[in-house]
Amino acid sequence: MGTTASQLGKDLLSEYQELTFLTKQEILLAHKRFTELLTKDEKDLPNTRVPAERILTLPELKSNPFRKRICHVFSTSEQKDGSLTFEDFLDLLSAFSDSATLEIKSHYAFRIFDFDDDGTLDCGDLEKLVNCLTGETDETRLTTEEMRQLINNILEESDIDKDGTVNLSEFQHVISRSPDFVSSFKIVL
Amino acid sequence: ASPVARDSSFPSSGEMAALKEEVEEKKKLIATLRNKPWRMKRRLTLLKEAQDFVEKFEGALGKGKGRKLFAFKVMMAKKLIKLKRDFENFKTACIPWEGKIKDVESHFGSSVASYFIFLRWMYGLNMVLLGLMFGLVVVPEVLMGLPYGSIPRKTVPREEQATAMDYSTLTDFEGYFKYSILFYGYYNNERQIGLLKFRLPLSYLLVGVGIFGYSLMVVIRTMARNANEGGDGGDEGDFTFSWKMFTSWDYLIGNPETADNKYASITTSFKESIVDEQMNQKDENIHLRRFLRVLANVLILCSLGGSGYLIYYVVKRSQVFANMNKDDLTWMEKNEVEFVMSLLGLVCPPLFEAIAELEDYHPRIALKWQLGRIFALFLGNLYTFLFALFDEVNAKLESEKDIKNATILALNEYAANYSSYYNTTNVPPQNVHPADVIRGPCWETAVGKEFVKLTVSDIQVTYLTILVGDFLRAVIVRFLNYCWCWDLEAGFPSYGEFDISGNVLGLIFNQGMIWMGAFYAPGLVGLNILRLLSSMYYQTWAVMCTNVPHERVFKASGSNNFYMGLLLLVLFLSLLPVVYTIMTLSPSFDCGPFSGQEKMYDVVMETIDQDLPAFIGNIFVYATNPGLIMPAVLLMVLALYYLNAVSKGYQQANIDLKKKMQMAREEEKNRRNNKDSTNQVMKDLEDLLPNKSLIPPPAEEDRSPKVKPGAAGKGVHLQRDVSLAAPNPRDPVTRDPGPRRGPPENARGPQPGQD
Repeated sequence: MGTTASQLGKDLLSEYQELTFLTKQEILLAHKRFTELLTKDEKDLPNTRVPAERILTLPELKSNPFRKRICHVFSTSEQKDGSLTFEDFLDLLSAFSDSATLEIKSHYAFRIFDFDDDGTLDCGDLEKLVNCLTGETDETRLTTEEMRQLINNILEESDIDKDGTVNLSEFQHVISRSPDFVSSFKIVL
Repeated sequence: ASPVARDSSFPSSGEMAALKEEVEEKKKLIATLRNKPWRMKRRLTLLKEAQDFVEKFEGALGKGKGRKLFAFKVMMAKKLIKLKRDFENFKTACIPWEGKIKDVESHFGSSVASYFIFLRWMYGLNMVLLGLMFGLVVVPEVLMGLPYGSIPRKTVPREEQATAMDYSTLTDFEGYFKYSILFYGYYNNERQIGLLKFRLPLSYLLVGVGIFGYSLMVVIRTMARNANEGGDGGDEGDFTFSWKMFTSWDYLIGNPETADNKYASITTSFKESIVDEQMNQKDENIHLRRFLRVLANVLILCSLGGSGYLIYYVVKRSQVFANMNKDDLTWMEKNEVEFVMSLLGLVCPPLFEAIAELEDYHPRIALKWQLGRIFALFLGNLYTFLFALFDEVNAKLESEKDIKNATILALNEYAANYSSYYNTTNVPPQNVHPADVIRGPCWETAVGKEFVKLTVSDIQVTYLTILVGDFLRAVIVRFLNYCWCWDLEAGFPSYGEFDISGNVLGLIFNQGMIWMGAFYAPGLVGLNILRLLSSMYYQTWAVMCTNVPHERVFKASGSNNFYMGLLLLVLFLSLLPVVYTIMTLSPSFDCGPFSGQEKMYDVVMETIDQDLPAFIGNIFVYATNPGLIMPAVLLMVLALYYLNAVSKGYQQANIDLKKKMQMAREEEKNRRNNKDSTNQVMKDLEDLLPNKSLIPPPAEEDRSPKVKPGAAGKGVHLQRDVSLAAPNPRDPVTRDPGPRRGPPENARGPQPGQD
């Protein structure tokens, strides 16, 4: 289903409303913001794919430490370059919207944190996760000793079957008990 | 599996049922499509497929009798869905200040924004209260009641008329304000007013009680909703590290400066918790610490007591002032009570924080103690104020008795004079102008006035604090920095941080005062609405303009229900005085809607006696019989006990399930590695068995449980959700059931190839 940049068809709009957690205004706003990212000649093509660099200029994503992972997870391109079509963009906003369920959010959170895309969160993933959260400079990073201690503590808490990795159901179990997850895992345009 | 397509022939009833089921399934699929973490393209194709199917076969189902009706029903259902969706969109668009709050959120994170969300919620609550109060009490009195100046209670007395319009009188809520719809005293006690025969006294009482009932319902409903979303909160300490890791980033942050702050705070909290975990509490000198803590608590109790006594003293003084001539008093003396209360609310919390330095607690625990102490301070102040007020009320009731006697005496005298002068017994009523009639001291209006003045001074102090403490400070820091010896922005005093807990507590106590005062001053709710409205704009401006994001970010985690719990407590505490006065004190004899009654609730009894059919009166008599109330209370206690036991049972079941899950995984891991069971129980059992028949042979199939065939298909391998029970094998049963294979074997879902 192609969407030309100028107008979003009424049928398509109602279908998107049916399939996502977004309201009509949110979908229209998303469409507007998405078309702002397109160059002039891209605007006439249906189903344009916007490269990741341009998506990352959005202020909502610019300061996010996981922005590259987010683009990668929601991208449907074969080259795995993180580029998004409008439908991918809607998927992103729907998963991050206020009314999305805990299951959807935790599913996508798991995929975002899974840096090597192998279906589990192992020590390497957790280490990269911590480094993302503590910022770029050396003085804010944790030492190797602290990192090891931290990862041990995390695995002790969430790894129920003690296989050294956190799989999706363990992750969802931990997340479902957290009181802030749903409210912090939100992006609103 | 798609049903057999029948184009023109009429489907048999069996096929019809199967078809109907298919249609229902497809409809359910359409409704839940957004919950599936699939790609949009796949969802779109599925949606189209399902919708086409439903349309085609829904028509087919309707063939035969009642086809038109069926088609009509289907069309109405579709229109209803569309209407519901439009209504949802409209409702979201109607939520006020969404843009402002989002702005604040992106700059300061979700905890500061949670204060503004709370403010907005309060605004909604107060709007409903306003609707109730104004719609059912104020507006009927204004439209259908007697106008100003017609009866004594609605007129400014002759002595006060000279100064009734003065600014100082009005700010004191005397003069025209006192004899207006703002206060209890204005309302007339006629049983029914106007063409509609509106029963104002009854309505006043019911609205007064209904305000509490509605607020209670809304607060509890919000608490329940928060509890559902946030988990039971019972396991709060269990996953500290994982939560810090997975949920600490606030995705709403859009501002790079805030993001930097967030990075710093996350790093600090990681390091802190690592150190916390490692450090054994080297309790050097535990006795000193204990002594210091006891000392700190004693100091705080002293200051709480001191502030309570100060308020009592000041209220007593204000009673003395009230009897003196108004012109002799300075502004300070007139507004002493409110001034002192606001000052205490301003000065004591930093004092408590300073004393708490002695205690040396962990910051989170220290915060809880601080909040608890501030709560105790506010509560103590409010209740001391109430007790002092209560003395005043009793004094007024006493003086009322005297005035009542004096009035009756005067009336008798007039009647005696008249009859002796004109020698008749038929005495016409005295023709006195309403402004000249002797008035009783209307204690309800006095109480209402106190609450209104308190609220107004609270508003003034809050706004002034923000102006001076935040805005002036920011201006000074910004502009004086150019010519000052040290860096004002980085060192002392720097820009202020938004005090979330202080503001939330202030809001909660303000609401408590409104609840207490609304019965005696119906206009108070309107005043509060104005306050909340202006507060929203003023504080969002102040926060964006003068505050910086917090250095240490305290999550709003679980605090939602904490503040709601406080609100609930405050609601109960403000309910008590009002209900007490309704039940025990007698209303003034010449002002308000209950004048002339023995007790305020007599209007209800009167209505039941006169207006409702007889059997309802009987029902009430039976219902208020202690013999019925006692068993009811007993029943409620038993129900509480039962529910508590059930909840404990569920918690235990939870723990058991977790243990079972752990055991199952361990078993499977051991079987995978061909090791003996490490679980002692199983080991003992196995040792007893002859040929270890409980251990099934290791499975020969491909052990790659991590690949979910064809689902994501984008190079991401997902593990299917694990369940404890063996899933339904979809292949036909061709062999006898083997020896008990136990749950772990099939826990990874049907093997590839079986799907």
